[in-house]
Amino acid sequence: MSKNPMAASLSMLNRFSGSPLVQKLGIYKSAQKVAHVAVREGFRAGAMVARQWNQAQKLIRPERLATAKNPTDLFDLNVTEEQQMIRDTAQRFAREVLRPAAYAADAACAVPEGFEAQLAELGLASFAVPEALGGAANEASVVTGALVAEDLAHGDVGLALAALAPIGVANALVRWGSADQQAKYLPAFAEGTPPRAAIAIAEPRPLFDPNELRTRATMDGDGFLLKGEKSLVPLAESADLLLIAASLVGKGPRIFIVERGTPGVKVSADPALGARAAGLGRIVLEDVRLPSHAILGEGVDVCDFTELVDLSRIGLCALAVGAAQGVLDYTIQYCNDRKAFGEPISNRQAVAFMIANIGIELESMRLLTQRAASRAEQGLPFHREAYLARVLCMEKGMEIGTNGVQLLGGHGFIKEHPVERWYRDLMALSVMEGGLLL
Amino acid sequence: MNLEIPKKLKPLVDQAHVVATEIFRPISRKYDCAEHEYPFELDMLASVMDGMNEGDAGGGAGAGKLRQEKKSGEKSGVRNGTNMATVLGLTELCWGDVGLALTIPRQGLGNAAIAAVANEEQLKRFKGCWASMAISEPGAGSDSAAIRTTAIKDGDHYVLNGEKIFITAGGRSDVVVVWATLDPSAGRAAIKSFAVQKGTPGMQLVRLDHKLGIRASDTATITFTDCRVPKENLLGNPEIDVKAGFGGVMQTFDNTRPVVAAMALGVGRASLERTKELLKERGILGGYERTLFGSTSAEAELYRMEADLEAARLLTIKAAWMADNGIPNSKEASMAKAKAGRAANHITLRCLQLCASVGATETELLEKWARDSKMLDIFEGTQQIQLLIIARRLLGKSSAELR
Repeated sequence: MSKNPMAASLSMLNRFSGSPLVQKLGIYKSAQKVAHVAVREGFRAGAMVARQWNQAQKLIRPERLATAKNPTDLFDLNVTEEQQMIRDTAQRFAREVLRPAAYAADAACAVPEGFEAQLAELGLASFAVPEALGGAANEASVVTGALVAEDLAHGDVGLALAALAPIGVANALVRWGSADQQAKYLPAFAEGTPPRAAIAIAEPRPLFDPNELRTRATMDGDGFLLKGEKSLVPLAESADLLLIAASLVGKGPRIFIVERGTPGVKVSADPALGARAAGLGRIVLEDVRLPSHAILGEGVDVCDFTELVDLSRIGLCALAVGAAQGVLDYTIQYCNDRKAFGEPISNRQAVAFMIANIGIELESMRLLTQRAASRAEQGLPFHREAYLARVLCMEKGMEIGTNGVQLLGGHGFIKEHPVERWYRDLMALSVMEGGLLL
Repeated sequence: MNLEIPKKLKPLVDQAHVVATEIFRPISRKYDCAEHEYPFELDMLASVMDGMNEGDAGGGAGAGKLRQEKKSGEKSGVRNGTNMATVLGLTELCWGDVGLALTIPRQGLGNAAIAAVANEEQLKRFKGCWASMAISEPGAGSDSAAIRTTAIKDGDHYVLNGEKIFITAGGRSDVVVVWATLDPSAGRAAIKSFAVQKGTPGMQLVRLDHKLGIRASDTATITFTDCRVPKENLLGNPEIDVKAGFGGVMQTFDNTRPVVAAMALGVGRASLERTKELLKERGILGGYERTLFGSTSAEAELYRMEADLEAARLLTIKAAWMADNGIPNSKEASMAKAKAGRAANHITLRCLQLCASVGATETELLEKWARDSKMLDIFEGTQQIQLLIIARRLLGKSSAELR
């Protein structure tokens, strides 16, 4: 920990607000406001540690974020000033960095060069890490996470997933990690270049259900032996750290922390139709031996698997909302510009009603997602809400994706326009499990 | 951000639910069968509701209370007010019976119209009346600008001539709010609403319709033949203001669309809840455990319907929340109405099918709800009209461009 919290805080903020990217994006004003808030709240920057998973500090007990209290008990769709600032930044980043890079990243199945450095300058990861571990977070912010996921996905789903997958791992460690796990892994996420990391739940078989994992963990001496296969894992090939869901024999589903280079872990690219920029891959676990402390959480704090799946689904829903908003914005403009039979095609009800329906269902998806997120944030039960959000986003995401392409006709089918990418992205999101976590 | 219903509105929701359970449900089938018989049981309820609103410093709830809150200059915090209370209360009542809810004395759509556009003097004068709403004509429904009923100024009166159909509670109300044009050649700007007292010479109740559903609520046809209405009964601005155009009269709908959406939510929820109970006996538990495709087909159907209903509910509450906070909500009100109307109709029909013959026969209310719900996707603007409004807003188009 820094001896002088204020000085460290200012130095960290200086890095953010003084970065060329922040200047280029014209978000200096937001940066100043963030600086103001952060200093006012007195957030502290932690000591910098190298990425080698060395435990640089000792925690007596795990750092958990407080659940957010709704100060007025009123139904309120307004975001806080701080959330708005973060959104402004995320939206500009999506518009000016993600959207222009989307086409090439989709083709390359990888993030563009320098992407992580740009991302690091935004410092989003530090908002996941508690103050005591060098980050800027002081209370759970599932809603903020959902808003940022939506905004980034509006730029590009694949890149948003690549950006948020590591934050999801940090969120899981904050929520369930033991003191030692937190001290070992979390400070790195608040650093200049956060580690590449992702949560692996999905397995490659039809009718996959996270409650019926075939990846199995057995007790092996004082550790575990992992066997199985995972699919649709973001950043798979380059991940420094993976959280892998496996069924612990006799106990039920658990999450295991697997570091890069652990013997028996085989990783290969496994491109899907969508979210390709996230570098989706498959992971084969062949008798992977893990130490006893590799299981996420300990004692009563052992990871709540249902909650993990639900928080991940809310995140995937938020990404789908962002993509669907992209479809709506794009088709409005296209159908207003495109003329047929002497007038804009949007003058026809057959076209206009499709757009109206995209608008209705998009807002439906958003409200279900936000309700689930806000319940999670307030510590209320949210399994039902996350489940229903998932159902709706799956059904309507597919519908919006296909109608987006339809509205552009033949032009929707070619890669000159992004609607075919959203079509693919929305389908990939609808079958994904894990990947990120709010 | 918080999407939960505030605790302070819980007593109101609970009260409404008790009314729905104890008053509406027991007589639901009775007035579905005895169409056009007056449900006298509601007189007591109406008095109780009047009393509750009188005593409520918080603004109360109900048709006569709906108003767009004026946006105050300073930021005084978020409000959960009358619009939200009305939407929540009505959802519960319509969970009991939508036909009966539509015929609660002094809670007519005309009351909502008066609340939305009347001046202070008129508000006072029509206080305590039961007002219905007369817009549709044999030749004009959704196309309300095409109405042909005329109101010609003659001294201190307007003389009304024309025929109005589909007037909910038209047989039972004391006052009918009639849309008529001051000048048929002047287009929509000339359309004004008039509060016409029952018994005014020249006003005649022609018939009550026999309907598919909401049979507890009467639907009237009324003709106006040289019907002289005092000029003070014109609601809103008497001038033909081409700029303001339809704004005045249409404003009523921004307030009442979420209300009709709320009705749909009530019926849809009633059907879904009862179906879940009945399916439980068949071992369909629906605990949100398996994925959609790992569930049985009946469970998956329930999940999809529940997600749609929840979406409709949140859209409706959002629209009401916007009205409470002085945020223009025309698009959102239409989204709520469109989603809730179609979701409720789909849900009631599918629930009937899921329950097979139990759903189709009169031993259960499922078949009744399946008939009632159809109306909710039609009145106060059909599904298609809502889509038009939403599309125009999203696309930035006028009604001349997107017709």
